[in-house]
Amino acid sequence: MLEAVDLECVRGDRPLFSHLSFSLKPGELLHVTGVNGSGKTTLLRTLCGLTRAHAGEIRWHGNTIRRLGDDYHAQLAYIGHANGIQGDLTPLENLSVASGLSGDTDKSRIRTALERLGLAAYHHFPSKILSQGQKRRLALARLVVEHKPLWILDEPLSGLDVDSVSLMTTILMEHLAQGGLIVITSHQEVDVKTKTVLQIQFNQRA
Amino acid sequence: MPKLLQAIARLFWRDLTVAMRRSTDILTPLVFFVIVVSLFPLGLGPEPAVLRVIAPGVIWVAALLATMLSLNRLFANDHADGTLEQMALAPYPLALLALTKITAHWTLTGLPLVLISPLLAVQMHLPESAIGTLALSLLLGTPILSLLGAVGAALTLGLRGGGVLVSLLVLPLYTPILIFGAGSVAGVIAGIDTEAHFSLLGAFLALALTFAPWAAAAALRVSLD
Repeated sequence: MLEAVDLECVRGDRPLFSHLSFSLKPGELLHVTGVNGSGKTTLLRTLCGLTRAHAGEIRWHGNTIRRLGDDYHAQLAYIGHANGIQGDLTPLENLSVASGLSGDTDKSRIRTALERLGLAAYHHFPSKILSQGQKRRLALARLVVEHKPLWILDEPLSGLDVDSVSLMTTILMEHLAQGGLIVITSHQEVDVKTKTVLQIQFNQRA
Repeated sequence: MPKLLQAIARLFWRDLTVAMRRSTDILTPLVFFVIVVSLFPLGLGPEPAVLRVIAPGVIWVAALLATMLSLNRLFANDHADGTLEQMALAPYPLALLALTKITAHWTLTGLPLVLISPLLAVQMHLPESAIGTLALSLLLGTPILSLLGAVGAALTLGLRGGGVLVSLLVLPLYTPILIFGAGSVAGVIAGIDTEAHFSLLGAFLALALTFAPWAAAAALRVSLD
């Protein structure tokens, strides 16, 4: 279970949001919406532990993430704005490095993931020749490879075509059905067809 | 901890592979090193006695600058493409991952400098006895340059004009290594015992190896915040 208690984030000296509390249980999705610059990415990075919260705390199964440290990171998959793809490596190599870094040793899942996201035909080309949407799919393939319970996704659907969006929605639904947790920002509707969707809406432009 | 070792091995392999596919990245510091050292005989004239005196300092300063030249690509690419975020979120100590990247950096820049240094030593008319000392001093010294440089590179990550800032930050820290590195070679030429120089270089290396990865990791976390 992921909990935020009285969270306050400040960027530079501008307060973005304060007194933000929520708790997310297994099988639930938190959809963060809001105007540009309202603090969605900051919230997600804070939930990952990349950015320090100005006040408040984040707990994973009752323990603060600062205390859990690497044990929390082992449960977490984060896809940010940057795809984390090295252009000179092939998609296969990129996923192999990413899964190695995240503590995953099973190589057979990489090919499955590439096939699932429609990148199997490109597996031995350098990733820099991939289109923007294909690169995004390669980044998302990490989720399928890594099998982490908590997914934190920053605009995962940006640049994806209609088919990819529906594929991604299916992948999100499967993850929720298996008891996973998802925190997502998206300007698009995330239609995961479950009742357990929480919404946070940032309205004020900071 | 086989998983940790695997993460380190894949990261190391990744950095080497990427560098091999962008061979200019490896060649630039090496070519720079060779050219700078070769300019001195051209500028000062091919007098062996003169070259022999300046050789230790010239080769060491060139090694310093060549390392400097390669520092900005240590973390900058990974920062730009988001890999650094993933490293920071990996379930392993960031300091160890930073140390892995530093080791890869040294393998790609420091080690080639060490390997080519005997050739430059011959060009600078160093006596045979000093050639081994030069290579050995560089072998001990260049890892320190990579380690200290990594802290500077991590601190200036994402800043405008980071390249210049890194030089200002790191070059002063390089001076002791320059003094004892070049001093050991000059000592051999002068017939002085150089054990103290090497002991000190070794001590610097041990110290840098202990603290630099942690400092670099802390700086990386600040840069990512």
